[in-house]
Amino acid sequence: MALQSLDIERRSATTTPSPSQRQTMEVAKLIDVTTCIGCKACQVACMEWNDVRDEIGTNVGVYDNPPDLSGASWTVMRYTEHEENGKLEWLIRKDGCMHCADPGCLKACPAPGAIIQYANGIVDFHEENCIGCGYCITGCPFNVPRISKKDGKAYKCTLCSDRVAVGMEPACIKACPTGALQFGSKERMKMYAEERIVDLKSRGFEQAGLYDPPGVGGTHVMYVLHHADRPELYAKLPNNPRISPMVKVWKGISKPAAIAGLGLIAAGALLHLVSRGRTVVLQEHEQAAKKESES
Amino acid sequence: MTNHWVDIKNANVVVVMGGNAAEAHPCGFKWVAEAKKHNNATFIVIDPRFTRSASLADHYFPIRTGTDIAFLGGVINYLLSNDKIQHEYVRNYTNAPLIVSEGFKFEDGLFSGYDEPGRKYDRSSWGYEMGADGYATVDMTLQHPRCVLNMMKQHYSRYTPEMVSNITGTPKEEFLKVCEILATTSVPNRTTTFMYALGWTQHSVGSQMIRTCALVQLLLGNIGMPGGGVNALRGHSNIQGLTDLGLLSNLLPGYLTLPNEKESDYQAYIDKRTLKPLRPNQFNYWSNYPKFHVSLMKSWWGDMATKENNWCYDWLPKLDVEYDIMRQFELMYQGKMNGYFCQGFNPLGSVPNKAKLIAGLSQLKYLVVIDPLATDTSCFWENHGEYNDVDPAKIMTEVIRLPSGCFAEEDGSLTNSGRWLQWHFKGAEPPGEAKGDAEIMAGIFLKLRELYRKEGGAFPDAILNMSWNYAIPHVPSAEELAKEYNGKALSDLIDAKDPTKVLVKKGQLLDGFAQLKDDGSTACGCWLFSGSWTEKGNMMARRDNSDPSGLGNTLNWAYSWPANRRILYNRASCDPSGKPWDPNRKLVWWDGAKWTGADVPDIKPDSAPSEGMNPFIMQPEGVGRLYAIDKMAEGPFPEHYEPFETPIGTNPLHPKVVSNPAARVFKGDMEQFGKADKFPYAGTTYRLTEHFHFWTKHTELAAIMQPQQFVEIGEELAKEKGIKAGDMVKVSSNRGAIKAKAVVTKRIKPLQVDGKTVHHVGVPIHWGFKGVTKPGYLANTLTPVVGDANSQTPEFKSFLVNIEKA
Repeated sequence: MALQSLDIERRSATTTPSPSQRQTMEVAKLIDVTTCIGCKACQVACMEWNDVRDEIGTNVGVYDNPPDLSGASWTVMRYTEHEENGKLEWLIRKDGCMHCADPGCLKACPAPGAIIQYANGIVDFHEENCIGCGYCITGCPFNVPRISKKDGKAYKCTLCSDRVAVGMEPACIKACPTGALQFGSKERMKMYAEERIVDLKSRGFEQAGLYDPPGVGGTHVMYVLHHADRPELYAKLPNNPRISPMVKVWKGISKPAAIAGLGLIAAGALLHLVSRGRTVVLQEHEQAAKKESES
Repeated sequence: MTNHWVDIKNANVVVVMGGNAAEAHPCGFKWVAEAKKHNNATFIVIDPRFTRSASLADHYFPIRTGTDIAFLGGVINYLLSNDKIQHEYVRNYTNAPLIVSEGFKFEDGLFSGYDEPGRKYDRSSWGYEMGADGYATVDMTLQHPRCVLNMMKQHYSRYTPEMVSNITGTPKEEFLKVCEILATTSVPNRTTTFMYALGWTQHSVGSQMIRTCALVQLLLGNIGMPGGGVNALRGHSNIQGLTDLGLLSNLLPGYLTLPNEKESDYQAYIDKRTLKPLRPNQFNYWSNYPKFHVSLMKSWWGDMATKENNWCYDWLPKLDVEYDIMRQFELMYQGKMNGYFCQGFNPLGSVPNKAKLIAGLSQLKYLVVIDPLATDTSCFWENHGEYNDVDPAKIMTEVIRLPSGCFAEEDGSLTNSGRWLQWHFKGAEPPGEAKGDAEIMAGIFLKLRELYRKEGGAFPDAILNMSWNYAIPHVPSAEELAKEYNGKALSDLIDAKDPTKVLVKKGQLLDGFAQLKDDGSTACGCWLFSGSWTEKGNMMARRDNSDPSGLGNTLNWAYSWPANRRILYNRASCDPSGKPWDPNRKLVWWDGAKWTGADVPDIKPDSAPSEGMNPFIMQPEGVGRLYAIDKMAEGPFPEHYEPFETPIGTNPLHPKVVSNPAARVFKGDMEQFGKADKFPYAGTTYRLTEHFHFWTKHTELAAIMQPQQFVEIGEELAKEKGIKAGDMVKVSSNRGAIKAKAVVTKRIKPLQVDGKTVHHVGVPIHWGFKGVTKPGYLANTLTPVVGDANSQTPEFKSFLVNIEKA
C-alpha cells in the first residue's frame, strides 16, 4: 500500500501506462519447506502486523488452524502426512499468495486499481477499490484470495508491501525462528535455494528443487521442496500452474476501446453487490465471461 | 545445558530424545537447522511420536514411552562390545579405572542394600574401594574385574539389541542404526549433542534417563567438547534461574543444601558438604563449600551472622522431609496443610491427579495466588460444568488473588537453558493494580515482620533480623537484588600473594566467587551468580556478539554462570597434555604457562597438565562418573524400570522388580494406579508449539492457532475403535476422564513390545477451564501421583488410559 506510484508496474482494469523511470530490484520470499517446523509464528506475525484477527475456531481433527485462508488469515500452514518406501514424512507448507510475475488475479480484476503489481514483484490488493466480485479468486491458479465475511472485499498476503517499501523484511520472515523463511532479491534467493538443494541432495532427496513455476512467469514467493518433481504432495501445490482461460476475456476487454464498457461492468457489479449480494454477481459475470471466451 | 544453544551448531550428530525441541523450543531449534545447513550434521529424533522435530530429522526412530534407559543402555552395550569408545578420554577423564567396593551387588533388578518396606536403599555398599592412603583405588590398565568399566560392561551386557527391541518396541535394525551413527562420534574430532527436556525428567526414573545419556556421552568423549554435551532444554522462563536460586524445598541458592532435622551441629553440616578429594591432586571445588555458605548467611543476616553464632545456623530451617509439590498436595489432602502461596505457578494444571488437588485445595483455610493471569488454580472453586465440576457452596477456602506484572513489565535477568543470565528492561507498566513480584513479596515480608515485632511469636529471630537494606524497603529493585546475588566485600580483601595490595575495597562488588571468604568478610546471595554485576557494571546486560573463535562462544554477550564459562568441563576438550582433541574446534588449551582459549577454562588456570588435575573439578575424584557411587536413589548404574503404569505389566529384565523400587508412593496413590486390563494404552502428555503451558490459552492469537483440546492416536488404533479424525473422544485413566477432539495420524504407530501390541495415546496439555480458547479439561485429570525418586518430578510422560468415542 505504501509503495510510491513510481514503483507501480501494473494496475487492474487500467490502461494508463505505468511509470518506468525508476530502477527497482525484484524481491522474493523463499519458503524452505525442508527447514520449516510448522510452528505458525508466521501466521501470528502476519495477524499482528496487519492488525487482523481470525476467529477462535475449533479443532477439525488435524493440526491446521485456522483450517483455511480467510479474510484475516492471509497465510496458513498446511500439514500433509506422506509415506514413501516405509518412511514417513510430515510435509509442512506455508500457503499464501505467490506474487506471480504474471498475476491472474490482477488480470481478472474488473475494479480499477484494486490490484496493483509493483515493480519489485509484489502483487498487492487495494481493498478500498475492491468491489468484492471474487474474480481474483477465479484468476488465481493457487486458490489464494478470500472474500472477507466482514466487508465482502478480497484479501490476501501483501508480502508486507508497507514494510518492504521502507526497507524491512515481511513480518513472517522476521518471526520465523529457524530461517525457513528468507527474503531478499529474487536473484539472491535463488542462489540461497541452490545451496539448500545441494544439501538436500546429499541427504538423499534426489528430486529436491526450487518451485518457481514458469506458467505464471515465475513467482515472488518460491519454495524449496524435497520433492520438486511432485509439488502436489504438499497439500496440492499445483504442478504447472497457469492462469485460467477465462481471465483472457478480461484481458481482451480491458483494451482502450473497451474502457467505457469496463467502467459500466464495474459499476454494474457494484450495483449488483449492493442490491443482490456477491454470489449473484459472480454467477452472472462468470456466465458472461464463458460466453465471450467461447465466441 | 553443559553447553549452550549456539554451540549446537558445532555438532556432527544432533539427537533429540526425551524432548521435542522444534515444538517446545522453536527459537533455540534454529541451531539444529544451522548444524544441518553449515556443519553437515546428521539429525536424529527418538520419540513415541513423529513430532515436528522429527519432520526435519534425517532419521526418526519410534520408542515406547518410559523405556529410554533400556534404549540407551543398549547403546552403552553396543559401544562397549564393539569397542566404539574414546579410549584415552574414558581412561583419563572418567571413573572407568576406579575400583568398586566389594560389597556392591546387583541381582534380579535390585542393587545391594535394599530396604523393601521403606522403598529405599542403604547406599553404603556402593562406594569405591578405598586405599590405605585415603584415596579411591584405581587400575589404569582397566583389567581389574571390579573397576567401573568392567562392572559397567557386565551390567549392560543384558541390554542386547534383542532385549532393547523387546522392551522399547524400536525395531532391532533401527536401534542398531542409531548405535552406528552415535559410534561415529567416538573419534576425537566428531561429537554428538543430546537435547532433552521434560520427556526425560517426567518419569519415575527421569534422573536416571539423563544419567544414561551422560554415560553414553562420557564413553564417546563428548562432554566438555564443542558440539557435545548433555543439554537440558529448560521449559519455563525463568526455571533455570529458579533452580539456580534454590527455590526447591531442599535447596539453598547455588545448589547449596538445607540441613535436615538431624543436622543440628553446624560443623557436622559443613564437614559433610566440604568434600575431601577422592584422588590425589584434584581441584575438588566443593572444598569451598564453607565460603559459599558463610557468604550466603552474611548476605541474609548481615552483622547478625557471626562466627560465634555459627553464622546463624540455628535460624536455618531443618528439613524433616522434602516438601516437593506432590508432598505439599498430599499434606493438603490429609488436611495437614492449611495455607498455600502460589506464585507464578498453576498447580491445578501442573501437579498430577486433578481430583486429589481439588480435594486438597478445598481443605485449605486460605490460598494466595500471585499471578498476572486468572489461573485455573485461582478459580478452582468455580463451577465450570464438566470441565471443573465442583460445588462452590461446599468450598470454604478463602482465595486471595494478588495480580502481578509479567516479565515484560519489570527489569531483571532471565537465565536461559545455556546458563546465560540475560538482563532485560521493563517494556511497560503493569496494568491496573498489578505490582511486580518483588514488590508483592516485600510487602508481605514487611507486614509479617511488623506483626512479629508487635506480637512476638514462637521463632521471630530469622525474620526480625533479615537484612533488608533496599532504598525503598517495600520495592526492592532488580538492580539491588542482582548486586546482592553477586556479592560484595564487607571489609578490604587483601591479595594473598601480596599483602600490600587490596583486591576489593570494603563495600565494593566482588569480581567473582573466587573472592568469597569463609571468615565473614564477604556477603553473596548466590555464589554461582557472583561475577554477574561487578564494579565494571552489569555483565548480564552486555550485548557484544563478537565471536572471534567462530565457535559461538560470545564471551561478551550477557553473563554465563559459572565464571562466564560457556561450556562446562571444557578442560576435557583437550588431551591429557593440554592439546585440543580436535584441531578444528579449539576451545581451550595449555599454552605452556597457563590455560587459555576461546572459553573461560574450566580448570585451575595455572595447573600444568603434568600435575594431573582432571577436568571434572566439582567431583572429588576429578573425573566424570560412569558409576554414580551413592548419589542416586535407585542405584549407581541406571537400570530400566517400567513406568508405574506399564502396558506390559512386567519388566522383561527382571519380572520381580517391575518399577523403580526406590520411588516414593503415598498410600492411596498406589491404589489408584491403573492396570492394562482396563486401561490398555500408553498415555503420554506433552506440549504444542502453538501454546506455552497454561499461559497462552489466555491470549487471543495463540488461541486462534490452536483453539480446542485434542488428543492424538494412530490410524490403527482409530480403526480398531471406530474413531475418525475430528470425532469427540473420551480418554480415561483410573483417576478420571477427559473429552477432546481426536487427531488421527500416521505419526503414531503401534509398537511390538514383549509379544504385545502397544498403542500410544497423546495428550497435549494446554487447555483448561479458564482462558479464551474453547474450554477444555486439565490433562492432569489423568496422570498418576508418583515421581522421580531423586527429584520428585511427576511421571507425566507414561501412564495408562483407555479411549472411546464420546
